[in-house]
Amino acid sequence: MAITSVKNLKEFSTANDRFEGAHTLCPGCAHSMIVRELMNCTDDNLVVTTNTGCLEVSTAVYPFTSWDTSWMHIGFENAASAAGGAEAMYKARKKKGTLKDPDAPVKFVAFGGDGSTFDIGFQWMSGAFERGHDFTYICLDNENYANTGGQRSSATPIGATTSTAQAGTHSYGKKEKKKDIVAIMAAHGAPYVAQLAPNKWKSMAKGFQKALETEGPCFINTVSPCCTEWRFDPKDTIGITDLATDSLMFPIYEIIDGHELNILYRPKNVIPVEDYLAAQGRYKHLFKPEYRHVIDEIQKGVDEYWEMLQRREEARV
Amino acid sequence: MQDPKLCATEKRGLHELEAGKDLMGWDEVTQGSVLPSFEGDASNIAHLKQEERDYSHFNSYTATVASWRVQKPVFNIDVCIDCQNCWVWCPDTSIISRDKQMLGIDYDHCKGCEVCVEVCPTNPKSLLMFSEQEDLETALSQWPEKKKKEK
Repeated sequence: MAITSVKNLKEFSTANDRFEGAHTLCPGCAHSMIVRELMNCTDDNLVVTTNTGCLEVSTAVYPFTSWDTSWMHIGFENAASAAGGAEAMYKARKKKGTLKDPDAPVKFVAFGGDGSTFDIGFQWMSGAFERGHDFTYICLDNENYANTGGQRSSATPIGATTSTAQAGTHSYGKKEKKKDIVAIMAAHGAPYVAQLAPNKWKSMAKGFQKALETEGPCFINTVSPCCTEWRFDPKDTIGITDLATDSLMFPIYEIIDGHELNILYRPKNVIPVEDYLAAQGRYKHLFKPEYRHVIDEIQKGVDEYWEMLQRREEARV
Repeated sequence: MQDPKLCATEKRGLHELEAGKDLMGWDEVTQGSVLPSFEGDASNIAHLKQEERDYSHFNSYTATVASWRVQKPVFNIDVCIDCQNCWVWCPDTSIISRDKQMLGIDYDHCKGCEVCVEVCPTNPKSLLMFSEQEDLETALSQWPEKKKKEK
């Protein structure tokens, strides 16, 4: 695979962008940072499929497309099965010798938001992973259905207010915990599963390259702060991601072959979850005295999860 | 200083996103449509810089979102250290970076989100937000001095 050097940013910046501007994602949206980075970290031809979501509606506004690669959208749920189908067709035609350029390296990538990954497209994705297609699934996790007005998804963390789980006098927002999608996908026996964040560009680029190189289905969950629904200033996108990774709300780690867990980033100073929550409007209500217990609950959950990750890293099981 | 002709091809920023009145409407197109991003062969795109590519009018590179902006980032090349932080985190592919050097901002695609200003590590920052009407010379003449470290 022809890969772009990611040794340092200067070398990485010689990559030629294949994701064009003038898409209609919100200013400061992290989706396009992640997509750009994936497209820049390889020179290979890419076949990209996208679930319905912010990314799809914003990059394919008729009569425009922002993709300089083959790109396909079918339905809300089936980016994984579309990528799997394209990959199966590619392999079959390679075998038959009917490809125009059989030596050209091709990689298959599926993008989905958290709604289409955690909820709506889960069955399709699970199926594609079980069949073992050689593709990479990247979830752009902004923790709600941002495209349709910020409804709760099963990726929304406990305590966040969304348009269908609103905080008020009787409720502190969503009451259920976030689904642990990385562990679920690792349990599929996928060869490479990771959780990455755009502020750590190097670990993200390396993770993407590893996933593209690895034969078989790979899953990557990326944190994508949503300035509209998380309610913060667009300029703070990277700052919020820093808070998310440093407070261990989003630990950065990878799981190889379903058991070999490596923590890719250990913050020097772990900050309390409170700092991360205070930076966003969607958690504003938690700082009222009657809901402060939710913050303690979130902190407890985060600490337990970090402890579990460290033990799993040691135990290699 | 930023050269406006730098990456300008006749293909860039020609129309607003609402353009394309001579094309079919959304209710007239057949189910499923194909929009070619490039004219002719596109197999070598990953090795071509943006100004060397032959974009078709379907590619959003030929469109502009400049009207979204109320403030624009202004680039001061004298302070820049070419760290490329702005390039890697720009969500709109609007930082023009060639041969490891930051050359300027693509004002046709920039939405003015200010992420590049936030991630700029120099002192003073080599990217700052100015009002959309401000011209380059006036903006550069107002550049702040180097701040002393607070002890």
